[in-house]
Amino acid sequence: MGIERMIKQWFEFRRSGQVGDEYHRHEYRWGMTIDLDKCIGCNACVTACYAENNLPVVGKERFARGLAMHWIRLERYWYTGEAGEKKTRFSERGAQYLPMLCQQCEHAPCEPVCPVTATYHTPDGLNAQVYNRCIGSRYCSNNCPYKVRYFNFYSYYDTWQTPLEQQLNPDLSVRDKGVMEKCTFCVQRIRAAKNRAKNENRKVRDGEVMTACQQACPTRAIVFGNLEDPDSQVARSWKVHKMAFGHNEKKEGKKPVRGYRVLEELNTEPSIQYLERVRDTDV
Amino acid sequence: MEEEIRKDIQWAQINRDVLHSMASPRPAYWALVGLCVAVVLVGVYAEIHQYRFGMGEARLNWPQMWGLYIANFIFWVGVSHAGTLLSAALFLTNTEWRRPVYRSAEAMTSVALLTAALFPVIHLGRVWDFYWVLPYPNERGLWPNFRSPLLWDMAAIFTYLNSSMLFLYYGMIPDLAIYRDNATGWRHRLYGWLSLGWMGTDRQWRNFRKGYLLLACFLLPLAVSVHSIVASDFAMSVMPGWHVTSFPPYFVAGALYSGCAAIITLFILLRYTFRYEEYLTLPILDKLCKLTFAIAMVWVYLNLIEFASVWYGHDMFEKEVLLEKAAGPYAPAWWTMLILGVGLPFTLLVKRVRRNMLVLLGLSMLINIIMWLERWMIISPALARNHEPYSWGYHWPGWVELSITLASFAWFTLLFLVFVKIFPSLSMYEVKEMLFHRRHVSDRLVREPAPEADSATEG
Repeated sequence: MGIERMIKQWFEFRRSGQVGDEYHRHEYRWGMTIDLDKCIGCNACVTACYAENNLPVVGKERFARGLAMHWIRLERYWYTGEAGEKKTRFSERGAQYLPMLCQQCEHAPCEPVCPVTATYHTPDGLNAQVYNRCIGSRYCSNNCPYKVRYFNFYSYYDTWQTPLEQQLNPDLSVRDKGVMEKCTFCVQRIRAAKNRAKNENRKVRDGEVMTACQQACPTRAIVFGNLEDPDSQVARSWKVHKMAFGHNEKKEGKKPVRGYRVLEELNTEPSIQYLERVRDTDV
Repeated sequence: MEEEIRKDIQWAQINRDVLHSMASPRPAYWALVGLCVAVVLVGVYAEIHQYRFGMGEARLNWPQMWGLYIANFIFWVGVSHAGTLLSAALFLTNTEWRRPVYRSAEAMTSVALLTAALFPVIHLGRVWDFYWVLPYPNERGLWPNFRSPLLWDMAAIFTYLNSSMLFLYYGMIPDLAIYRDNATGWRHRLYGWLSLGWMGTDRQWRNFRKGYLLLACFLLPLAVSVHSIVASDFAMSVMPGWHVTSFPPYFVAGALYSGCAAIITLFILLRYTFRYEEYLTLPILDKLCKLTFAIAMVWVYLNLIEFASVWYGHDMFEKEVLLEKAAGPYAPAWWTMLILGVGLPFTLLVKRVRRNMLVLLGLSMLINIIMWLERWMIISPALARNHEPYSWGYHWPGWVELSITLASFAWFTLLFLVFVKIFPSLSMYEVKEMLFHRRHVSDRLVREPAPEADSATEG
C-alpha cells in the first residue's frame, strides 16, 4: 500500500504538468519576445543596458581579451551559404543579428551548479543573481549554454571618475571584482513597479515595466511583460506564435509560425521567444 | 621466480637502514628545500598579485572561465589516488610486494591532496569568502547548495584528505614506536607521544590489524568516489565535451595512471637517496611497471569510448569540440598527450626498460607531464567551443597561472621532503612481516608441499 502510493506519487511528481505551471499560483511570470525581423542591429539596447545597469566600459584591450561586461550583446552572423552553394563576399542576405541576453531559463543550468546558491529562481520567474553571496567559482558561466554570464575579472568602480559617478543608477549596486553578473530583466524596475502597484492595491499593468533595452529599441523589436496575464502584449505574441513552456521544436517536429527559443533542444526552457526574420527569398 | 626481497636481512638492519633516512639531513637536502621554498614564494607572490588586481590577471576570459587552476586540481587529486591503490586495494588483495612501497605512496596521497585542496580556493573570484562553501551554522540560516558538484567536491576532498592522513598515521604507529625506542631527548618525547603508547603487545597488534583492515575497506570505495565526483564537475554540466557519461571511470583510470607513474618516480628517487636497494628492489619495480601498464590500457580504452560515443552520438557540438581538440590551436598539446599517453606505456612491456632505472625515471616523469596535459585538454578546448558560436575563444596561461602551477609542484616536493625526514618513509614492521612470511611460511610450503598445491602446479 505504502509503496504503491509512493510510486504513484513519484510518477505524478515526475510528470507534473508543463514547465512553468507552478506560476499559475502567482500573479507574475516575466517573459520576452524579440522580433528579429524588426531588429536593425543598431546596438541601442546594448547602450541602454550599460547606462541602466551600471555596466563598466572595460576598454579596447580588455574587450579584445574577451572581458567585456555587456549583459545584452548583439551577435552578428553571416550567411555563408549551404554546402555546394557558391559563396559571395557580400551575401544578399547580409548580417543576421541576434540580441543575446540572459534567457531567464525555467530549467536554468546555472542554478544547480552554484556551490553557494548565489543564483536561484524567484517566484516571478526570474533567474536571480545575488552578488553578495557570489564567491566567484564561475561554474555558472561555464554551464550556461548561452554564455550570458559575465565575470568581474577586475575592479571597475574606478572607471567612473568624477563626475562620471553622477551618472550611475542609484537603484542598483556597482559590482566589485570576483563576482558574476548577468541580465536581470531590469529587476530594479520590476520591483519598483510591483511596490507601486501594491501601494495602489492593483496588479502591475501591461507596459508599466519596460526593460532598458526595450525602451531604447527604435523599432520596438523587444516586447517584455507578464506571461501570466493573458491580455499582455508578450503573452499574446507567445500565443500567436504557438510558443509555450515545454515546447520543443526538434522533439515535436512541427514548426510554429515564426517563434523559436534558442537551443530549445537542451530543455533549458528559456523565457525569451525569438521571432524569425522573414527573408525576401522566403516570401 | 626472482625473490622480491632478500630473505636473510636482519631485523636490526632494517631498523638501522630506515632510521638512517631520518638522520640529520645533508646539505643537498637543505639546498632542495631552499629551492622549493623559493619557488613556492614566487607562487605566493603571483597569488597576492591576483588577489589584488582580480582574476583577470590569470588571463582567464569569457568563455574560458576555468583554466590551469582546475586542471592542476584534477591532476593533484589524480596523483593522490595511486597511493590508496597501493595501500588499501593491494592490502585487501593480500599482495605481498606492496609492503615496502606503500608508505611512501600513501604519503604521496596525503601530500598531493594537500596540494590539490589549494586550487579550488586559489581559483575563486573572492578567495576571502571561500568558507561559504562549508555547511557551517550561521545566524542567517544560509546553507550551501547541496545540488552543486563543487560542494560534493569539497566534501569528497575533505573526507579523503582526513581519512587518508588518518590511514597513513595509523599504519605508522608501530614504526613510530621503533623510532621512539631509538631516540633520546625531545625526539623521544615527541615520538613517544605520536606512537600513542605502543608497546607491541599481542592485544595491541590484534586491535591494530582490525582497525587497519576497517580503514582500508573504508578508503577504497572512497578513493573511487572522490575522483568520480571530481569528474562530476564536468559530467554534470550541459557543456559539449564535458557532458560525457564515461567521465567518472575515465578520471579514475587517468588518476591511477598518473599516480602509478608518480610512485615509480618516487620509488627510484627514494631508493637512490636513502640506499633502500635491499627493500625497494628491482622485481618490485618490475611489478609496479606492469601495474602501470594495465591501468594505462584501461585509460586508453576509456579514451576510445569517449571518441566513439562522440562519433556515434552525432551531436553537432560534441563533434565540434572533438574537432577543436584535434585541429584547433590546442592540437599540438592534444596530439602529444594522446600519442605519448597511449604509446609510452607500451615500452613498459620490454623487460630491459623495466629494469633500467634511468629510463624509467624519465619515462615516469614524462607520463606525469602527459597526464597534466590531459587535464588541461579536458578544460580549455572544451570551453573554446560551446553552444554559442559568438562566444568561442581561447585561453593561454600567463605568468600568474604558470608560476602558481610551478609552485604547486614545489609545494608538493617540499611537503614530501619534510615527510621523509620526520617519518619513516618505508614501513619497517611490514617489511619484517614480509620477511617472516618468506622465511617461515613460504619455505615450509616449499619443503612440505600440500597436496592441493601439488595438483595446482601439475594442472
